[in-house]
Amino acid sequence: MESTLKEKDNLLEVIDLKTYYPIKGGFLRQTVGHVKAVDNVSFAIKNGETLGLVGESGCGKSTTGRTILRLLDATEGQIVFNGQDITKLKGKSLREIRKDIQMVFQDPYASLNPMQMVGNIVAEPIMNYQKKSLNSLKDEVMALLKKVGLPEDAYYKYAHEFSGGQRQRIGIARALALRPKLIIADEPVSALDVSVQSQVLNLLKELQEEFDLTFLFIAHDLSVVKHMSDRIGVMYLGNIVEIADKEHIYDEPLHPYTQALISAIPVPDPRKKSQRIVLQGDIPSPANPPQGCPFHPRCPKAMAECSLTKPTLKEVKPGHRVACHLYNNDTDKQ
Amino acid sequence: MDLMLEVKNLKTGFDIDGQIYHAVDDVSFSVEPGKIVGIVGESGCGKSVMSLSVMQLLPKGIGQITGGEIKFQGKNIENYTNNQMNQIRGKDISMIFQEPMTSLNPVFTIGSQIEEIILNHNKISKAEARERAINLLRQVGIPRVETIIDEYPHQLSGGMRQRIMIAIAIACQPQLLIADEPTTALDVTVQAQILELLKKIQEQNNMSIILITHDLGVVAELCDEVIIMYAGKIVERTNVDKLFYDPQHPYTKLLMASIPRLDIEVDTLETIQGIVPSLKNMPKVGCRFMDRCPSAMPQCKTITPKLAEITDNHEVACLLFEASNSEKGVS
Repeated sequence: MESTLKEKDNLLEVIDLKTYYPIKGGFLRQTVGHVKAVDNVSFAIKNGETLGLVGESGCGKSTTGRTILRLLDATEGQIVFNGQDITKLKGKSLREIRKDIQMVFQDPYASLNPMQMVGNIVAEPIMNYQKKSLNSLKDEVMALLKKVGLPEDAYYKYAHEFSGGQRQRIGIARALALRPKLIIADEPVSALDVSVQSQVLNLLKELQEEFDLTFLFIAHDLSVVKHMSDRIGVMYLGNIVEIADKEHIYDEPLHPYTQALISAIPVPDPRKKSQRIVLQGDIPSPANPPQGCPFHPRCPKAMAECSLTKPTLKEVKPGHRVACHLYNNDTDKQ
Repeated sequence: MDLMLEVKNLKTGFDIDGQIYHAVDDVSFSVEPGKIVGIVGESGCGKSVMSLSVMQLLPKGIGQITGGEIKFQGKNIENYTNNQMNQIRGKDISMIFQEPMTSLNPVFTIGSQIEEIILNHNKISKAEARERAINLLRQVGIPRVETIIDEYPHQLSGGMRQRIMIAIAIACQPQLLIADEPTTALDVTVQAQILELLKKIQEQNNMSIILITHDLGVVAELCDEVIIMYAGKIVERTNVDKLFYDPQHPYTKLLMASIPRLDIEVDTLETIQGIVPSLKNMPKVGCRFMDRCPSAMPQCKTITPKLAEITDNHEVACLLFEASNSEKGVS
């Protein structure tokens, strides 16, 4: 497989990515199996675009984000960032890449150091990479804090003095500090109240425009993902089952899982009673995924073939890719 | 008796450093038989404290009801002793909590936890109780009932545990069920299953439900009446259709516009500036939403708005709608 980009304006390409966690067991703590958290994920993100990853808990969306950031090692596959294969980078070259990819974490209460002043938290990434005088560093941090909508005196305060929404702003300022190309936002608003959530979502959109950022936006809330993303990938049990422009995902979802997922969201309108597809059962364990299509035990449209062979992601319409046997060429193509 | 539950001027206070702060401040509402009433609000608005007050499950020595009345089927229960409450808790009123992971006892089997409540309130044999437990588990859609009844909570998924919680809550066929964020910890496809189940059981048993949630989608889906709370007070109360099609309080309007929706595409979401004031910093007089309200007027600082009916079955607590202020009102 060549490591050059398929398309010139792709910032990130993920090719057949697999991330397995070993299960240790027995007397000698030997590896007795694997949790297949990410099991064959491929996608690309264009410059300036937002790709949303949705799925329910345990579907591997966070692991995908962490593997791209190289916080976890990929078991197989390739991560190509800005034309460079970063899957196996180490040491200095990995450090160089890290400043271009930053992360906003889910829990604004746990991801900020309680012992450090907010100014230092935001300054740390800059100090890591650039030699700057204290004054110019401080000016830069102040400007960042202002940019994310925090008061100037936030510099001298500690994280516990802020509300959840403000803490998330601090986390965003820290992620912005090195002017990264790609920001991986892992459930950035799921810990926030609705009125505060909208403030943070609007901020992220403004910053994207101003700094020409590319986002990988990971969330379980489909309404939030739809609001933020240009394209959306739907994950189930470590696999991307469908990926397309957001309009296509919502207006004509093809995969039965996507259809069920979208129909399951309660619509805030009492006059619209949704036609709901209620799935049976729970998500199987990724340590022991079912044979064939990972979704077939819960799928209302499962066929004999589904329990035998695993469907691959295929383009059924321009830009709309689905992994489902319903859309095989030889069967009833829709 | 006409009403299932009637709460009048309820005040619940918390003792912080020797001073009482009210998390629920002068709240009145009622629940009719067979109706689902939603209570909506952001964290810290007092919705959970209110339900714990009705159940008298406030943390001892810290939280207490300091005023008002709670009438259940016409009887005042706010002064009931613990023993008296035990007679009705679980039997006539029961509750489902948010965290299915932590509200079940990890050291007892599923079956024994369901049997316990049946045996507490009924004079029947253990074998009969087990029989009933099995039926309940079937009713809430648990597969492999005969094996799962002897398993422990940690062996089940979140959705399954929430089903067990529901089975326990409806074991004695209560007339009133208080569900405190019953689906918040669950994934959407599992949430859909649980909401469907609650609705089915409500219709079968003709229960009343108080559904506490912050998700307006869940409200639209399930509720008949809705109460919007902000900072310990009710700011708006009406039926579900009016709430979504004719919201009046500035807070309700902003709340509706600040959620991203699947069916409506917007570029920027509405935001509500600032945050909910903390218990200690709650203004003594005036409207509690004033600092964040786009329609705030000078008198909002000095006059506390009262919940008053503006049209039939639509109550709002806002000076914009109080007659004496209407001539100065802006909207």
